[in-house]
Amino acid sequence: MRQYVISVKVENKFGVLARVAGLFSARGYNIDSLTVSATEQDNISVMTIVVRGDDRVIEQVKKQLNKLIDVIKVTDHTDLPCVQREIVLIKVNAPASKRAEIYQLGEIFRADIADISPKSITLGVKGEPDKIDNFIELLRPYGIKELMRTGRVSLVKEQ
Amino acid sequence: MKANGAQIIIESLKKENVEYMFGYPGGVVIPIFHQLFNAPFKFILSRHEQGAVHAADGYARASGKTGVVLATSGPGATNLVTGIATAYMDSVPLVVFTGQVSTRMIGNDAFQEVDVTGITRPITKHNYLVQDVKDLARIIKEAFHIAGTGRPGPVVIDVPVDISNAEHKFHYPEKIDIRGYKPKYEGHPVQIEKACKLIEASKKPVIYAGGGVIISNASRELRDFVKLTGIPITTTLLGLGVYPETDRLSLEMLGMHGTYYANHAVNESDLLIAIGARFDDRVTGNIKTFIPNAKVIHIDIDPASVSKNVLVDVPIVGDCRHVLNEINKMIKAPSIDPWIKEVMKMKEEHPLTYDQPQKGMIKPQFVVEEIYRLTKGDAVICTEVGQNQMWAAQFYKYTQPRTFISSGGLGTMGYGFPAAIGAQLARPDKRVIDIAGDGSIQMNIQELIVAVQHRLPVIVAILNNGFLGMVRQWQQLFYEKRYSHTCINFAPDFVKLAEAYGAAGIRVEEKEDVAAAIKKALSINDRPIIIDFAVNREENVYPMVPAGKSVKDTIMRELA
Repeated sequence: MRQYVISVKVENKFGVLARVAGLFSARGYNIDSLTVSATEQDNISVMTIVVRGDDRVIEQVKKQLNKLIDVIKVTDHTDLPCVQREIVLIKVNAPASKRAEIYQLGEIFRADIADISPKSITLGVKGEPDKIDNFIELLRPYGIKELMRTGRVSLVKEQ
Repeated sequence: MKANGAQIIIESLKKENVEYMFGYPGGVVIPIFHQLFNAPFKFILSRHEQGAVHAADGYARASGKTGVVLATSGPGATNLVTGIATAYMDSVPLVVFTGQVSTRMIGNDAFQEVDVTGITRPITKHNYLVQDVKDLARIIKEAFHIAGTGRPGPVVIDVPVDISNAEHKFHYPEKIDIRGYKPKYEGHPVQIEKACKLIEASKKPVIYAGGGVIISNASRELRDFVKLTGIPITTTLLGLGVYPETDRLSLEMLGMHGTYYANHAVNESDLLIAIGARFDDRVTGNIKTFIPNAKVIHIDIDPASVSKNVLVDVPIVGDCRHVLNEINKMIKAPSIDPWIKEVMKMKEEHPLTYDQPQKGMIKPQFVVEEIYRLTKGDAVICTEVGQNQMWAAQFYKYTQPRTFISSGGLGTMGYGFPAAIGAQLARPDKRVIDIAGDGSIQMNIQELIVAVQHRLPVIVAILNNGFLGMVRQWQQLFYEKRYSHTCINFAPDFVKLAEAYGAAGIRVEEKEDVAAAIKKALSINDRPIIIDFAVNREENVYPMVPAGKSVKDTIMRELA
């Protein structure tokens, strides 16, 4: 089982999300993340799907995706040079004594302070998925109250 | 021309040269039926929506045209589901209209509302919910295009009642362009050349042809290919008729109930040439032991079928007819005389056979053989699902495409009879015979009145053994002979039932009377005929490769 990043260019029509998601769910695959994004063209959206699965099954799913009438193009970003971004919002316990430390960590990661209260701070970070993983690990010891990742978007690098 | 949605549907169907529409009325489709009253094409009223969709499917398979269906929302639509899935699995082109509640009611649990596009999403090639009457004509045009091209399949159009009533100018687009749908017909020339080289160098090649060859109308090209190369050919269930089974190079059907020689030739081959077939588990058995020594060429229009179950050495994505044409232009015959000798020996030593009965007793295989003999192999055979289907496949020899009509992928009991109605409408020049079991025929028996109404002389040959025979066979062989709920000899009198509907009914209990009954049925031309053959009750279908096993585990006959 390995993690795949699949980028699917689709017609911007109702029902497309269900068609795409259905191909994964029908095989019992849990999608790690799925983002639906607007593109440079009004009537085209891009879905970036991060999923773990068996090679042959993913290969089959990609072919099935291609068969969907509303799918325009399927690109596997797993092994391509890509730029990838994700945003995370983290609400972390922050008693007065710990605030300075958390601010400092945030600064290193260029986090913005999204919200602050007597007991907690909410930070927002954008970046590569690895960077976000690291940031989360560093904040874990303080006690994460709530966390939300957007799921990634991915573009193939210009050659 | 100004028209409402219902009129737009009728006008669009006229543009598509629709000959028959199959369906059943209901609340939200009354506006469409209102217009159908004067439509120039024929409407065939089924007695259950499932009957309508199977009939449209049978019509499509027999004619090569797209079948058209209309049913109401809610239960009308859900009754279609089995038929749509059947067509989807076997790549049958259908355009299915369902009524829907008014757009402003959708999602409110309105009367007779279900999410049709949601339910049919995984069993259609594509589906539509019409949200604006101005899209309707384009959607219908797209639906016919999608259903009938590439790898065909069913397309559902869900039409809310307010769309049927809304007015718009009717304009049927001449051309459409769907950027996400561009089926590829021409095979890649480099791949075709590779395939030819592989074929020419092979020592033990076998052709494995499926329903795709029939769908692409490539029977002639396939026959030319066999003639040019001299390679023996086996077909799948859905491929029956694509190559004459009476020819010496035909190995007939392969798979779970395939012939000994087809399965063994495939198993021993060094090159398997798959054409329009998809390596179904009923064909391959245990995939790990399937074709241990063979390279594989796979010609198929659907890229998702290639290397799905079996890894392929030379994939050729394209239409079977185009690709075979290209191959036939350049192929040279391989030298395979020793192989042919070997295969012919297998054919001679292990013919398809069955134990002869005690005096008087009717063997189901014998009934099928007699049907073949008395129709001179010129009928269109439909089947139900189970033992009847396998005997029909084994003991009738098919020589023409579109003469064997059966639910292969989904294995839908109750398919055969309504499909026979559709096939008879498509082929008024042919005798259409549904080879049925006493279980399957009771699943859509209500359609009998449709055949009576339209004076369709469909013959239903019930191989009546008082069992759900195929399941009983598995219970006998693999489940300690515990016949749990498969004994159905608490059955109606099929002769009286036929007569009650206005059909002819014949009961046959002695072997000597089989031929006379078939002849009598063949002499009736103005109504359906049910022949109820009381056959040997615990007859099994052999050979049998048990599910998930390999060729060497084949059971050839009853163990004493």
